Amino acid sequence: MESPTILELIWSARWPILYGLGTTVLISALAIAGGTVIGVGLGLVLAYGNLAWRFAGRLYTDFVRGTPVFVLVLASYYILTTIGLDLSPFQAGVLALTVFCSSHVGEITRGALQTIPRGQTEAAKAIGLGFGQTFRYVLAPQALRLGLPAWINTAAEMVKASTLLSVIGVAELLLRTQEVISRAFHSLEFYLLAGALYFAINYAIERFGSYVERRVATD
Amino acid sequence: MSAPLLEIRDLHKSFGSVEVLKGVDCTVQAGEVISIIGSSGSGKTTMLRCVNMLEDFEGGSIRIDGEEIGYLTDGGRRRRKPEREIARQRALTGMAFQQFNLFPHMTALENVMLGLTLVKKMPADAARATAEGWLDRVGLLNRKDHRPSKLSGGQLQRVAIARAIAMSPRLMLFDEVTSALDPELVAEVLQVITDLARDGMTMLIVTHEMRFAFDVSNRVIFMNQGRIGEEGDPKTMFANPSTERLAEFLKNSRFS
Ligand SMILES: Nc1ncnc2c1ncn2[C@@H]1O[C@H](COP(=O)(O)OP(=O)(O)OP(=O)(O)O)[C@@H](O)[C@H]1O
Ligand SMILES: [Mg+2]
Repeated sequence: MESPTILELIWSARWPILYGLGTTVLISALAIAGGTVIGVGLGLVLAYGNLAWRFAGRLYTDFVRGTPVFVLVLASYYILTTIGLDLSPFQAGVLALTVFCSSHVGEITRGALQTIPRGQTEAAKAIGLGFGQTFRYVLAPQALRLGLPAWINTAAEMVKASTLLSVIGVAELLLRTQEVISRAFHSLEFYLLAGALYFAINYAIERFGSYVERRVATD
Repeated sequence: MSAPLLEIRDLHKSFGSVEVLKGVDCTVQAGEVISIIGSSGSGKTTMLRCVNMLEDFEGGSIRIDGEEIGYLTDGGRRRRKPEREIARQRALTGMAFQQFNLFPHMTALENVMLGLTLVKKMPADAARATAEGWLDRVGLLNRKDHRPSKLSGGQLQRVAIARAIAMSPRLMLFDEVTSALDPELVAEVLQVITDLARDGMTMLIVTHEMRFAFDVSNRVIFMNQGRIGEEGDPKTMFANPSTERLAEFLKNSRFS
């Protein structure tokens, strides 16, 4: 009997790989979306909060950013259980990545807001805009443009970090790939395939980023 | 007699422990054009910024059409007015800055329209018409769809002036609006201000352009170390300064 070609091998493993891919995309999307929402709020606190709020925000941001993602993943799976919060591996993993993402987006948002010259706020005030209007129409669009490249980086990092969830048993792309390899061998080919798929996801993020960047360009 | 358009009484302002305005009094009637001159650090910018509440101040009062700006006193306690109220009062004055401060993500037209739609609550059509009218007045209607990055310094400042004036403020404040410009672009901006003066706009103009101050203003205020050192009509003041300080200052100023 002839041994199957690599394409036949991949074809026979298509379902686990696709499920893995779907899970990876879902985890990343949830973490990026949640992390961005929380992170923008965090950035606002860091940029405009009063002393107490800023201090709390700073503590959270620096603590999370100073901790390896891997540790965050393990902590949210193993430690939260000890305080009675029983999360599934998927939930714990998404939580850890969301927290991680929020700290980065928080810092990006703060940096972007503080890079905008003070004259912008003053000009907005001078024509009678309130703080909310100033933020929405003057500061946010400029912060978006300034923070976008770093945000894309962070989003891509989140996709890569999602591989760490394989350790707590989340059946994302890497874990599925490893399972396939354990049955069908050909580890080189399957790892290459997984690599190509991760690349494709991040390429899509990058394209999306450039698209938004073009939309908000100022010249 | 009706209240003066602007009335500043005993204005005091400190940055930390440094007192920058040490009791400024100034009354401006509607239609007056007043130039504020004085050496660097004398408090000219700070005074304008207080009028527009871009700076808080600790002592004295500022009134526009009799209405107290920024603070209210009840039961002997002086309190800052709510932010909403201050935003409304800021719209009573228009301000043009040395650095233009146009919004870089908006076209010239959008820059001028923003306050009209958000603050004046004009419908988009009316706001557009008003904004185009003012851009036309400053000679930039054909540039209305350009972003700031595509405009020269002089054009930027003219758009910025249109943006402020379109809000129909009671009073215009100009803070060294030509200082950041290349010399060949200064004239076009001064021309716009001169036209507005001719139309009867009330203005406070901080400037280092002595010739312009001389030509455009009814009155000149010379700021000296946080106080008004001398004021009067430009002809008398420039010809016969009554203080040593002003004489010294004029001697060191360019008069082209
Ligand atoms: N935000 C600030 N914090 C601390 N000190 C300030 C601040 N703004 C201004 N000052 C100080 O207040 C004084 C008056 O400044 P101001 O800008 O009003 O002077 P000016 O007359 O406009 O000078 P110039 O002609 O250089 O523009 C200066 O000594 C300046 O250093
Ligand atoms: Mg100044």
